Amino acid sequence: MTFREYLKNNKVYLDGGMGTLLQERGLKPGERPELWNITHKDIIVEIHRAYYDAGSNVVSANTFGANVLHFDEVELKTIIDAAVANVREAANASTSQGPKFVALDIGPTGKLLKPLGDLDFEDAVEVFAKTVRLGVQAGVDLIIIETMNDSYETKAALLAAKENSDLPVIVSNAYGQDGKLMTGATPTAMVALAEGMGADAVGANCSLGSAQLVDVAQELLSVASIPVVIKPNAGLPHTEGNKTVFDVGPDEFAQTMAEIISMGVRVAGGCCGTTPAHIAKMVSETKEIAPKALEDKGITMVSSYTHAVVFKDEPILIGERINPTGKKRFKQALVENDMDYILTEGINQQEKGVHILDVNVGLPEIDEVDMLTRAVCELQAVTDLPLQIDTADTVAMESALRRYNGKAMINSVNGKVEVMDAIFPLVKKYGGLVVALTLDESGIPSTAEGRIQIAKNILAKAQEFGISPKDIIFDTLAMTVSADNKAAVATLDSLAYIKNQLGCHTSLGVSNISFGLPNRDAVNGVFFGMALERGLSAAIMNPYSSEMLKTYYAFKMLRGMDENCAQYISKADSFGTVAPKTAVTGSVAASQEAMDLRQAIIKGLKDMAYQMTKEKIATVEPLEIVNQEIIPALNYVGQGFEQKTMYLPQLLMSAEAAKSAFQVIKEAMPKGGNNKGTCVLATVKGDIHDIGKNIVKLLMENYGFMVVDLGKDVKPAEIVDKVVELHAPMVGLSALMTTTVPAMEETIVLVREKAPWCKVIVGGAVLTQEYADKIGADKYASDAMEAVRYAEQICVGE
Amino acid sequence: MITVVTKTYNNIEPDNREILRYAGCMEPDNNVNTLMQSSLVEAAAVLSGKACYVVLSQEELEEIPELNQVIKGSQDLQYLLRGCSKIVVMAATIGVGIDRLMAKYGKIAPSKALMFHAIGAETIEKLCDMVCQEISQELGAELTYRFSPGYGDLPLETQRTVFDILNPPKHIGLTLQESTLMAPSKSVTAIMGVKN
Repeated sequence: MTFREYLKNNKVYLDGGMGTLLQERGLKPGERPELWNITHKDIIVEIHRAYYDAGSNVVSANTFGANVLHFDEVELKTIIDAAVANVREAANASTSQGPKFVALDIGPTGKLLKPLGDLDFEDAVEVFAKTVRLGVQAGVDLIIIETMNDSYETKAALLAAKENSDLPVIVSNAYGQDGKLMTGATPTAMVALAEGMGADAVGANCSLGSAQLVDVAQELLSVASIPVVIKPNAGLPHTEGNKTVFDVGPDEFAQTMAEIISMGVRVAGGCCGTTPAHIAKMVSETKEIAPKALEDKGITMVSSYTHAVVFKDEPILIGERINPTGKKRFKQALVENDMDYILTEGINQQEKGVHILDVNVGLPEIDEVDMLTRAVCELQAVTDLPLQIDTADTVAMESALRRYNGKAMINSVNGKVEVMDAIFPLVKKYGGLVVALTLDESGIPSTAEGRIQIAKNILAKAQEFGISPKDIIFDTLAMTVSADNKAAVATLDSLAYIKNQLGCHTSLGVSNISFGLPNRDAVNGVFFGMALERGLSAAIMNPYSSEMLKTYYAFKMLRGMDENCAQYISKADSFGTVAPKTAVTGSVAASQEAMDLRQAIIKGLKDMAYQMTKEKIATVEPLEIVNQEIIPALNYVGQGFEQKTMYLPQLLMSAEAAKSAFQVIKEAMPKGGNNKGTCVLATVKGDIHDIGKNIVKLLMENYGFMVVDLGKDVKPAEIVDKVVELHAPMVGLSALMTTTVPAMEETIVLVREKAPWCKVIVGGAVLTQEYADKIGADKYASDAMEAVRYAEQICVGE
Repeated sequence: MITVVTKTYNNIEPDNREILRYAGCMEPDNNVNTLMQSSLVEAAAVLSGKACYVVLSQEELEEIPELNQVIKGSQDLQYLLRGCSKIVVMAATIGVGIDRLMAKYGKIAPSKALMFHAIGAETIEKLCDMVCQEISQELGAELTYRFSPGYGDLPLETQRTVFDILNPPKHIGLTLQESTLMAPSKSVTAIMGVKN
């Protein structure tokens, strides 16, 4: 019987702790336990056998840290071969009844993935892939990915397992006392991710004792349609004399496990501190408990690296603003590679209360694969909302889905066979909730019946790919009512049918309904309300539209989804008609005082500076505002900082206020502004500190320089290539650590060689004038103002 | 057998004066204070203090040659540990949350990013103080001050030895990068002596 077959109808017992038992037998701190597969084979086999004898059906090979980060490839093969052979030997020697399986055990790399750490996602996939391939060669029956405390690394390991084997995969995470992974994911979010990618079981191990894991188990069981695995520690370790003792003994452990298994957990074992005695006791206490039959929970959800968004009764808002269609400024940002603009759109929409962000960066003149992938990764560094990846380019779609940390929404598939053949395999492989448009080769049917038929065709085709209806959300296509006065009716009727008869969720791009009409907001708001009342599950919408927000919160309140009307009341004041502002609040406490733009900038009042510029620009020339108000304010603050009457936070707040004023200016004259000179900025290779660099960027931009920010941890060649490409007169390099100063020096050498015209400004915590001279920089700037002043000198000199 | 002790802390109270010092602002006006207060609220929601440590007797230290060598090779450490019968090796972190806030606001509001940087720097210091105080109480003995890889003549590379011994990725989710920088960034490792 294969493991998958056995798992279908039976409880599965895993083994217990290994590392803690090896420490008892003399494993030293810092010594790699995997080496013991060869050096202490007898001990390893003996422990494995004790677990089989205790009743374990699955014993994990001693391969937790067996990967190419810890061993070279030759050594790795020897270790994994030996580790798997040891378990086989134990299985053959054990006298216990019942099927015995051998698992390849995969633990975390011990590294954090980018952007939090320095391990690239694809590199992580490759690390795990090498271990998986060796495990498959060695003949394991299944793969256990365990103790993962980060959703992204979990995804990398699961992807590697799926791409390099057909073996069953168990995914188990280490939750903290707050019931979340170290990087923030909830159990529900992990179920969304693991189940979406086709894991055979999902669950939790380590970190917590069995009693604390009950809550986690409960949550997993309530959402997972696949078997749930639980492998707790034997409580917490403490020292007694010279021994480490875990505080939960076999009896107490077995008791809690009996409770957990009765709840419906199907795969059970132990982690740190548990012993064959714990497992034996658990098996004897629980073998009479009948395995709970699995049921498809039918839960439609997407997830980010922190949380899941579940589609149930409450309608979901999907922000539509990250999309260049009809937006001049957004197109310009894409062409100029202005990622900050896109990120700010994301953050602003989150503040407006949307649950998911649609991400569309398609423009004919840019490389969409690269842009979409980067946009997804960078958005995930600044917002924890799940993303809806929106592209017609399937290569871009796959690239973005692969890198996405969580279970994404996929926009979109439709009834065309060619499109389904391209998109459904991606949904199957990476997981996702796919938006299905009810159109096909013959276009969009004008009737509800026609659209319903397409929906049925899509469901049938999805089934062929093994995609469940819960992972399809139908968009019955809002078409402008100005072209056909029955358009809204067809959309709503098909929507209601799909919701009620086909039992699937629905989504609409609401605002299309009013295309070509005056006062579109009024129409959109009412149509949105009608759709909600017919059962709409989600809307792709403009969160800055007060009509949409009014409708949404009023609907929820009237439909009994808003206890004590609390949400409506808290939002009611914000239904103004004000356009989106720059992100984040400055203090508006002083807003009562009479104040001009100059003072607003000096005081660092971002929102006020924005509003005042907006009002002024109706009557005053943009350049006059810059020269009469913004520049004098910046000079005042800059001099204050240099004379130490103002401090860094004040300098920054003023700079941000000036930036928001500039934003208005830029909208008024997008091509305008005289670029004083171009500066390439980067934090050097190996260094990930970018606060200082970001401060320099902000100030230089305000002073009229065009800044090309390459980010952090940037290779010398990449920096110099950009300098050469732009023939930039200056480059700013930042380094915070003594260990990364050599990378700075290396960059300077390369600049001198390839771009002799370019002046090099260096800065960062460890640098001094002496250091800067030694590595051959043109200028050491001890703070951002000094960098600005030097840049002004250079560019006047030119 | 050497036990790595792991602890979590949810009630770290940073000192506002220190935060302002880290932010380079000793005389805050109302705007700066408002910025700090709102940042403190946002940070509090994501701070997650964790620490792990080992207490090693002289004999136990002998069993870990890499560490023993490192200590013998550093005159500064020798001086610090003179007359100490035991040493403590610790690692502590306040988690990834503050890094995410710094990344987010670095893009849209560097003044806030700076504030989170300052809050993080102060909070990890306070966390270390709490950990040391607890260890000191448990052992009923005073500790020396904390000495970290990269201080004095103790090479930054010592970070790798500390990580081998404590396995912070497993215990507290703290990782070491190729550059020997730690991630999450607001983290500390240190060696201390237990005074007789």
